[in-house]
Amino acid sequence: MPELLELTPEGLYCRAGDFHVDPWRPVPRAVVTHGHADHARPGMGVVHAADAGLGLLRWRLGESQALAGHGYGEPFVLGEARVSLHPAGHVLGSAQVRIEVDGETWVVSGDYKRDDDPTCAPFEVVPCDVFITEATFGLPVYRWRPASEVAAEIRAWWDACAARGEAALLLCYALGKAQRILAELVRLPGGMEREVLLHGAMGPGVAIYRDAGVALPPTRPLSDEARSKDLAGALVLAPPSAIGSPWMRRFKSVSVGFASGWMQLRGNRRRRGVDRGFVVSDHADWDSLLRTCRSTGARRVLATHGNTEALVRVLREDGIEAAALKTELGGEN
Amino acid sequence: MRAFAALYDALDASTSLIDKRRALVDGLRAMTAADAAWTVHLLAGGKIGGGKTGKIAASGELRRWLREESGHPEWLVEDSYAHVGDLAETIALLLPERLDAAPEREALGLADEIARLRAVAGTDEASRRAAVVEGWRRWRGSARFVYTKLLTGALRVGVSGGLLQQALAEIAAVAPAVMAERLVGGVAPTPEAWAALVAVDDGGREGPDAAAGSPARAAESARPYPFHLASPLEAAPETLGPIDAWQLEWKWDGIRAQLIRRGGRVVLWSRGEERLDGRFPEVEAAAAALPDGTVLDGELLAWRGDEPLPFAILQTRIQRKRPSAKVLAEAAVRFVAFDLLEAEGIDLRDRPLHARRATLGALVDGSALGLSPVLDPSDWTAAAALRAAARQHGAEGLMLKRRDGAYGVGRKRGDVWKWKLDPRSVDAVLLYAQAGHGRRSTLHTDCTFALWDGEALVPVAKAYSGLTDAEFLELDRWVRAHTRERFGPVRSVAPQLVFEIGFEGVQRSPRHKSGVAVRFPRMLRWRRDKTAADADRLDTLKAMIDG
Repeated sequence: MPELLELTPEGLYCRAGDFHVDPWRPVPRAVVTHGHADHARPGMGVVHAADAGLGLLRWRLGESQALAGHGYGEPFVLGEARVSLHPAGHVLGSAQVRIEVDGETWVVSGDYKRDDDPTCAPFEVVPCDVFITEATFGLPVYRWRPASEVAAEIRAWWDACAARGEAALLLCYALGKAQRILAELVRLPGGMEREVLLHGAMGPGVAIYRDAGVALPPTRPLSDEARSKDLAGALVLAPPSAIGSPWMRRFKSVSVGFASGWMQLRGNRRRRGVDRGFVVSDHADWDSLLRTCRSTGARRVLATHGNTEALVRVLREDGIEAAALKTELGGEN
Repeated sequence: MRAFAALYDALDASTSLIDKRRALVDGLRAMTAADAAWTVHLLAGGKIGGGKTGKIAASGELRRWLREESGHPEWLVEDSYAHVGDLAETIALLLPERLDAAPEREALGLADEIARLRAVAGTDEASRRAAVVEGWRRWRGSARFVYTKLLTGALRVGVSGGLLQQALAEIAAVAPAVMAERLVGGVAPTPEAWAALVAVDDGGREGPDAAAGSPARAAESARPYPFHLASPLEAAPETLGPIDAWQLEWKWDGIRAQLIRRGGRVVLWSRGEERLDGRFPEVEAAAAALPDGTVLDGELLAWRGDEPLPFAILQTRIQRKRPSAKVLAEAAVRFVAFDLLEAEGIDLRDRPLHARRATLGALVDGSALGLSPVLDPSDWTAAAALRAAARQHGAEGLMLKRRDGAYGVGRKRGDVWKWKLDPRSVDAVLLYAQAGHGRRSTLHTDCTFALWDGEALVPVAKAYSGLTDAEFLELDRWVRAHTRERFGPVRSVAPQLVFEIGFEGVQRSPRHKSGVAVRFPRMLRWRRDKTAADADRLDTLKAMIDG
């Protein structure tokens, strides 16, 4: 019997349903877990995705992309496959894909996390026979503290910068991470009164989250500020690519922070050459990866992108049939 | 402990020297004398145990105790360590957040923790384990990391000797040169040593102010002067003006040292501020004939007949505390003097070089105490020709010293230049790569390079410097995508990339598979224009063997 999902040059393919999951080359029918660039690529015939994620996909793939939205947990039929989407807790509208064919169930996790996140629906454990999990942070050195604590650190750093007459420039990915940090900052005392300035690349994503009803602090594009304006005391969010670009000349005196799961390691903090690293990730940490793989009840787990080796070995020692799956997905977003 | 961890974090977080210096000044001022003394000792590269104190924890023991405390299997601890690249950091991250309810004694200082650990040094494993684990349970976050760092070696937090010296000079409100003198030979990790180090005036302490002709250090002092270090000459020598203003000497490839004859004793100090007592008895014996109150600056070299021997020969002597007669005969060492810093107990460092040098010749006898000759080319063109011939004289280039220059402190630019020969190089193939340490712990920067021997590639050198950060990042990606096999942290890669590897010297070495060992190898260039087949042959390297 052929596998329910197989790896083809275009990506993960379901023959019974004649569709791909997060394909990296153009195909007629794609089920897409979320809007990050390594999962949602342009040029597909029809993209099936969670309703909550359509706004982001429209922004990333353009108005011409045909989109088919589905509510979380609402099954739909593709060919001989029964498909449903379930919250993955990664970013707004992110989904796991449940595929059932002839009584066998596979779940593709996409990217996911188990931690509290005010910007998206929490991860839901979906029982299955085969679970395809991400493994971006698949080593026990990666264990996250609550993002609310990290947000308090960011606020303290912002205040300290203000006291020194510096701007606080926080580098973070424009889709998901930035909005999660904003949503955490707004939960802190007085968070609604403290305006945050945004690099141009941040604007559309923030607007989409706000339209989706996520509570965010007041924001304004940095480009609205007069060039002569002193940015001392401001918090500015920008994508990592902004560092080293001419845009940086805007700052006279600045402290640069970086928010990412990779900041857990000193080597990464120092190599980035930033002043502060804040450990906040939208991916599952080691404990969450193990807990999730075990609680799906899957007899078989395929691990993709990241440090798959350790996860596979631990699961095998549990008696789960585990293996690495080489895909073109990956990278922390 | 928290104060030390906070200082460590501030130093680690900052990339600016001004901020680091500020953090040092503020951090040290806020500490008790006992904690500050240990902090200076550690930042200067000192350790808390080992040697006479005895072992506190070996790396293998720390890993075993970590397995026991975390419950992780050995392979997972080792995989994590290979990924993180720093054992103390791996331990801090893998230990459970709180093991049990050990009291968090916030007031416990760095010196208290070190005293607790030193008390069990050299005892049985169970006692040492209990002492170490007590701290693991006590501390969290960066305090736990820094506490573990005490056990695993150097702090590596980007504080140079010069930066520490500046910060301490600011705390003590003395000139940096005065602080340099106080720091020479190391600082004992005691509150008394700290008090003396940051004493506002120099009253009662040994060590002079820098005025020429002033009485030198106490006659019984064994301490050297801070070394005046040369800077590499990057511009054309003509930019230095007329050659008449300069004294030219060979740039020797040995161990820079000060020879101190005071109080009836002879003491040798290396440039690394390490005492070399007993290692070079022939030099000490010859120096006993020097008049009391003499300090010479020079170079230790293995020597035979009229010429120096390659550094590899000297190397056989460095670690030998009491060399046998056989070793002394095979690798005789001489101190080649090139400067006179103190004569008749008078500090001469502010006098011009030509004046210091004038009386130097009369002091050395040409036996185990030699004189570095002054070269006399008529112009810079002739000097360049001398430089090109340096290797025939066992030297690695020329020294250019301003004739009327004083003897400065540290790497003071302008009066002393080293004009070294360009390094020699081969084009070699990348065979293995391993993650680096510190800021490179997640990048594959430690590379092994090979040359062709018949149809086989034979490893000849390991290098981990010379590329830009961007190139290292690109190399890391390439390594990950072209890994053939993994041996723990080491990856073997497809033999495709060629790099120009520069080095200072080549020696025969039966210990290496290739039969040769290169000194100071580093990557000069990524030769994207070459394929593996274009790389050099081992014979090419063997033809460059020194001596």
